[in-house]
Formats: sequence, C-alpha cells, structure tokens
Amino acid sequence: MACPDCDLLQRLGDVPEGSRALCPRCGGLLRRNPRNGQERALALTLAAAVLFVVANSFPFLSFEMKGEVTETTLMTGIVDLYQQGKAELSMLVALTILLAPLTQIALLIYMLAPLRLNRMPWALPLAFRLLRHAQPWSMMEVFMIGILVAIPKLMGMASVIPGLALWAFVLLMLVLAGATAAFDPESVWQRREARR
Amino acid sequence: MTAPTALAAHCASCHDCGLLCRLPAGSHAGAGCARCGAELHTRKPNSLQRTWALVLAAMLCYLPANLFPVMTVVSLGQRQSDTIFSGVVYLLTHGMWPLAVIVFIASICVPVLKIVSLISLLVSVHRGSGWHPVERTRVYRLTEAIGRWSMVDIYVVTILVALVRLGNLATIEAGAGAVFFGSVVVLTMLAAESFDPRLIWDRAGAARA
Repeated sequence: MACPDCDLLQRLGDVPEGSRALCPRCGGLLRRNPRNGQERALALTLAAAVLFVVANSFPFLSFEMKGEVTETTLMTGIVDLYQQGKAELSMLVALTILLAPLTQIALLIYMLAPLRLNRMPWALPLAFRLLRHAQPWSMMEVFMIGILVAIPKLMGMASVIPGLALWAFVLLMLVLAGATAAFDPESVWQRREARR
Repeated sequence: MTAPTALAAHCASCHDCGLLCRLPAGSHAGAGCARCGAELHTRKPNSLQRTWALVLAAMLCYLPANLFPVMTVVSLGQRQSDTIFSGVVYLLTHGMWPLAVIVFIASICVPVLKIVSLISLLVSVHRGSGWHPVERTRVYRLTEAIGRWSMVDIYVVTILVALVRLGNLATIEAGAGAVFFGSVVVLTMLAAESFDPRLIWDRAGAARA
C-alpha cells in the first residue's frame, strides 16, 4: 500500500489486533486494527442511537431568572438563530451537532448490523464515502466546550439547570468517539473481497 | 536514492478505500478503483489552486469576523454588542481567566495559526522546498486536527441565544460577526482538506535527488 500522507510504497503485513501501523517515513497512520473492532463499534453505535434520541427529546438546559424558567432543547438554539435571520449559522450548527452525528450513527449501523448477521450491506462503497465526508463535520466535543464557556457567562445573571438531555449528550459524544475509534474500514473491505 | 512512491510506480491509492491500484498505461483519466469504484487520482486534483482560493476567501472573511459583533445583548432597551475579542476581555475582567484562555486559543489563535500554516505550506510546496518534510507533514496534520475547535464561539452564541429569552428584560441576538466567523471556520476546514500533504514529499524528494 501507499502512505496516504506521503505516498511511500510499502508492504503492510498483518496488523495484529489491538495495534496500529504507522508510516516509517512520515509517521502517518496506515491502519488501525482494534480488538474486536466490528463488535465493539456496533455495540457502541447502537448505544449512540439510543442516546441520540434521548439527547434530542428531553430538556437540555433550563434557565431560571426571577422565578421565570426557560427550558431549551438542542433544537431551540438552531430554530432561534433561523428566526433571527441567521439561516447560514443555524444550518451550520444543525449540520455539526445534529446531521453529521446522525449520519455517522445511521451509516455505521447500516454497515455493521448486516455484517454481524453475516450479510453484505448494499452499496457499501457509497456508505463509506458518505461516512468519510460526515466525520469531520461532527463536532459534539466542541459543542461541549461551548456549553462550558456559556454557562459561567450566565451565572451572574441567573441560574442554569442542566437537563437530562445534557447528560445523554455527554455520553453520546464519548460513545460515538469510541465507536469511530473501534471501526476499521479495511477489515470490512477485506471481508467483502473474501466473499466475492 | 529517492524513496519508492506510488506515483513513481504508476500506481495510485484510492482515496476512499485506500487500495493501491495500478494505473492503466497512457491516459488514466477516469480510471476507477478495482475495489470500490471511486475515481483514482495520484494526487488530489487541483490541490494547490483550491487550497489557495479557500485560504484567500477565509482571509477576506477574517476581518469582518473580528470587527462586527458576534452577539448583542438587548436588556431593558439597552443594547450591548460583543465582538470575539471583547468577549475574551469580558471573561478576563470577570475573573473567569481559564475560560478566557480557552476562548482566546480557540477563537483567536487557532484561525490565525491555520491560515498562517496553510500559506507557509503552500509557499514551501511552490518553492519546491526540501526542508524538514516530516515536520511539515506534522504541521499539516495538526492544522487539520485543530480546525474544528474554532467553532466554540459559534456554539456559545447559539446556547446564549437559546437560553436568554426574557422578552423585554433581556434577549440575545446573534450578530453579523458570527456569520463571518463561521465562514472562516468552514473555509479553513475545506482548505485544509483540499491540501495534499504528498505534494510536500514530491518536491522534497525531487529537491534531494
């Protein structure tokens, strides 16, 4: 294979489970083969799917000022930005904290669930392509930092009460990161080749 | 001796599935990957032109992103606007210096560093520099990894807008600066993605040979 970062040709033998291969010339990642990668990725993705639903259907943060309580969900900010005429911003936020993570979860389940049952998912190359493009735009961990900065800013004004969805969102972020780390595309491609 | 590359061996690795494919002799425009069918390219097409265009566009948006307010607090008829920088100063003067540091790094250092490092990578490739290719590749990987963290300020505005809706008492509006700032983040992310680090090695190899 050739290194994706510097194009050095090299012969990559078996990468043992639980280890990864780096390019000897530039240090780029060639392949990662996590232990029980496919099972682990599937389990974590299914958990992520449940957490995604919880994170989007319960109150995220509540804001209390002089006895008046404002409850918000993840969607509230997106809708408000749109109503203030900032449609571009609203779409950017929707893409990075809702659409991209949802696409990741859906595609991982679409690929891994049939494989677990020993079937080949249909249109696998397309699914891989979409996943590769969705990944960089999924920014839940950045959103968490945004919350950490925003809450103290309001503390002087009123009290902010974290909701159930906030905890679900924190778990979702961790679980989806774990699923992404456990997923090794090369092993899926090799299984597909072997069945041909 | 130059190191063996896929390019020199008339091969290309598929950018979708990573399989190394032999390119057909002669014109190889439109050749497809044997495993997943994606179109093969030895290098990302028009990598330098695209990266330059996106970086320049990001630089154009950078100024209004910092001059226009990112948000305006409307409280009892009074309006108070905050730019990216005055947001950092606010946190600092209110004793929240750890947060001020986070926002300063994410919103001010990261965009500037990204633009500067992309331009220097572009210039070094144009000049055919053979200088420290390993370090330059590392700079590229870092640039690609840190870009997303600039979104912090956009999310802070989103959360504040959603939470503070107390009618006449206090509301928060997102400002034009936030739109430009979001554009800077997106444009630099696209620019980093369209840059091909293998170009560093192509020129480095040629310079050394």
